[in-house]
Amino acid sequence: MSSRDKILQAVKNNQPEHTMLPSLEGLSDMPDTFEDYKKVVEGLGAIVEEINSEADELAALDKHLPDRLRIIDARSSIQREWINEDPHTLEDVDVALVEGQWAVAENGAVWLTEKEMQVRALPFICQHLVLIISRERILATMHEAYEKIGSPENGFGVFIAGPSKTADIEQSLVLGAHGAKSLLVLVKP
Amino acid sequence: MNSHTTDHATLADKFNENEPRVNWHDETLWWVRKKRDRMAWSVSGWEKLREAASDIKRHVLGNLHDYLVQFEQQAIKNGAIVHWAADAAEHNKIVLEILQQHQVKRMVKSKSMLTEECHLNPHLEANGIDVIDTDLGERIVQLAKEPPSHIVLPCIHKKKEEIGELFHEHLGTPAGNADPQFLTAAARQHLRQEFLQADAAITGVNFAVAETGEMVVCTNEGNADMGAHLAKVHIACMGIEKIIPKRKHLGVFLRLLARSATGQPITTYSSHFRQPNPGQELHIVLVDNGRSRQLGREDFRNSLKCIRCGACMNTCPVYRRSGGHSYHTAVAGPIGSILAPNLDMKDFADLPFASTLCGSCSNVCPVKIDIHQQLYKWRQVIVQEGYATSGKKMSMKMMTSVLSSPATYRTAGKMGRWVLRAFPGMVNNRMNPWYKQREMPAPPKVSFSEWYAKNKKDEQQG
Amino acid sequence: MKVGLFIPCYIDQFYPQVGIATLQLLQKLGCEVEYPQGQTCCGQPMANSGFEHLTHGCNSLFVDHFDGFDYIVAPSGSCVLHIKDHLHEPKREAAAENIRARIYELSEFLTDVLKVTSLPARFPHKVGLHQSCHGQRGLHLAQMSELVDQPFSKPGQLLQMVAGLELISLDRTDECCGFGGTFCVAEEAVSVKMGVDRIADHVKHEAEVITGTDVSCLMHLEGIINRRQQPLRVMHIAEILNSTI
Repeated sequence: MSSRDKILQAVKNNQPEHTMLPSLEGLSDMPDTFEDYKKVVEGLGAIVEEINSEADELAALDKHLPDRLRIIDARSSIQREWINEDPHTLEDVDVALVEGQWAVAENGAVWLTEKEMQVRALPFICQHLVLIISRERILATMHEAYEKIGSPENGFGVFIAGPSKTADIEQSLVLGAHGAKSLLVLVKP
Repeated sequence: MNSHTTDHATLADKFNENEPRVNWHDETLWWVRKKRDRMAWSVSGWEKLREAASDIKRHVLGNLHDYLVQFEQQAIKNGAIVHWAADAAEHNKIVLEILQQHQVKRMVKSKSMLTEECHLNPHLEANGIDVIDTDLGERIVQLAKEPPSHIVLPCIHKKKEEIGELFHEHLGTPAGNADPQFLTAAARQHLRQEFLQADAAITGVNFAVAETGEMVVCTNEGNADMGAHLAKVHIACMGIEKIIPKRKHLGVFLRLLARSATGQPITTYSSHFRQPNPGQELHIVLVDNGRSRQLGREDFRNSLKCIRCGACMNTCPVYRRSGGHSYHTAVAGPIGSILAPNLDMKDFADLPFASTLCGSCSNVCPVKIDIHQQLYKWRQVIVQEGYATSGKKMSMKMMTSVLSSPATYRTAGKMGRWVLRAFPGMVNNRMNPWYKQREMPAPPKVSFSEWYAKNKKDEQQG
Repeated sequence: MKVGLFIPCYIDQFYPQVGIATLQLLQKLGCEVEYPQGQTCCGQPMANSGFEHLTHGCNSLFVDHFDGFDYIVAPSGSCVLHIKDHLHEPKREAAAENIRARIYELSEFLTDVLKVTSLPARFPHKVGLHQSCHGQRGLHLAQMSELVDQPFSKPGQLLQMVAGLELISLDRTDECCGFGGTFCVAEEAVSVKMGVDRIADHVKHEAEVITGTDVSCLMHLEGIINRRQQPLRVMHIAEILNSTI
């Protein structure tokens, strides 16, 4: 008998009786406003700017990320050649801009998939990450988020909440572990 | 490490030789526990959420066979290659074979307690493959040639000065620099090179969704993603208990995990791996290693609900004052003490006794595992199976014979208020351990029952 | 109301004053109290060490002595919890079940059954309450710091009724003291360290007295206090509630 069959047989023999799955109703009772989202994600070390135009976007970039020798805008329909290159070459990207699908007020997370990031490594390998979300796409909790993203359409998706960080050395929080060193969230109407 | 050489009490005794360090360890973890409390209070319906998580996991255990089959089907459909490992040795063999097929010489690994449990690193290294742990804490203990002492905070036992020294020696940072910010930046640079060069990446798995065949990996550092997205081979290793039914159930667990673990609302990255990156191979290794056996132990199967948040360690007053290495197993603390005896009852016979049964662990557990009750039950099993020390057996029998007979009890009591003398002195072989740092209570002239008898007589006469 | 008084073995042998205070307090509050002679122990020391199978003798004795009371009361949360969770007597299971349902730790008996709202007690001291774990997390004598729930404390509520008593607050409201039965000797180093830390929290908040619902924890703390000659003492809650100084 293969290990697969042995394991499955043992599991079948030993598993307890069936019980019902609980309802997930009534677990979400949290606010879903922009202000709540902003407070939480700033608490995680991100910077939040409201933008109403491309000019606002540029101004926010100039203000917070003035040094951007190499910038990739994953939303761009013009700048596309990087997509087909070896993702290791993205190592020198200073700033990457990626559209987020949904944001979650209770924990500051933004949901994005490989459709938005184009190349999976991009939001992690870049030095600084900029996520763009729509104000109306801020949800209260993860339960609402999974209602929206219930069935996956892509091979990879991720919730990102803040810049990469670690507190492994004596529990001192340091921003900028292996992923992006900073996160700028641009909230458009 | 195992109890052939030493046990929890002895290792904890050693840990306590340096009291300021114990205080520091205790306070650091207590601070994490307090952060967890603040988070729990900030979520409306926290206790309902724990209940839901526990119920989902119970449902999974009752349907694990079907969910495993469903997960496998979906994963294969997604383009992953699924392997099954009955035990640690088979797991290590599978991983090695995949790496050898791809002529991998150097690989990166993000946190996986399963690979610690299986002792994968030494196996790969013995076969000429360099494994680089990429979680900062894990990298630190790897450089120090130590196992992690905590499942979420692997180097919580290390002081920054010691880490500064390690980095000076291995990464060439300036001697005497122990600034966490500086050391983290140095590790980032060093590990970036490893990520860019690695041919393969191993990650653990926090949750595997039967419905979609996807796996969720949670990190703060981004190391799982840096590894998995850049390497041409991604190997995800998971215990068979990591399955949850549907994607929507992730909402429950992701709300609980980081809040319970470190007091954050969520980890920075919650990555959902479903299909391999184009041009990449995705392997999933499903590991039993005693889990199906634990599933059959009615009293202990709930331990398989564990989502490895480490909250029980942070709250455990014994863990905080004995350090993770005292548990001489991959998963330390209260949860480790109910998991380890299933792996080897003899080697880990001491662990269920390394607790006061205070119950704090069960209260912080986000999936409501009755940890302290399982510790109690493991004690019964370990004694029944004959793994109690003979000294303990003898003293227990004597205590029983005294306490089962009122006449003997009265005599024994009179003969010197026997309790403290008989029971602490005899339960183990060391010289009276009560008296080492504690005074004995002053023995009163009469016991309560003697007083009562006399008092009652006086009352009746009076 | 006929109350059977259960005085755990180490109280009987080492802390008779706690038994006396419990008896007097219950009588003061109008209970008809009887102490069945010949009682020994709840069996917990064996059971917690993994020898529950050796507790039949204790269980049988316990049923002999406590069958037929309206209530059974003991000045120990730990022993009460053990009886509640583990008292079984195959030949007299109905009696055992009855005892399990009718046994109370002293302070919960006062708040929940007697519904005491005032006490004729006076104790003009700063007192710290050590919430012993088995009473706290096993019998739910007080809100547990780990759970998101409304605050309450049955022993705290009673102490507030004592004239002149100042209840101090602690940094860690319900941290274990490290006694833990045989743990106190099998894991001597950690046990003592936990006790030292528990005492330090009380000292920091200037307690003159550490009180609690379990003499076992207090005995452990007292052992450390006396060895280190620290400026505070331990008293069981019954002694304070019965105090008229």
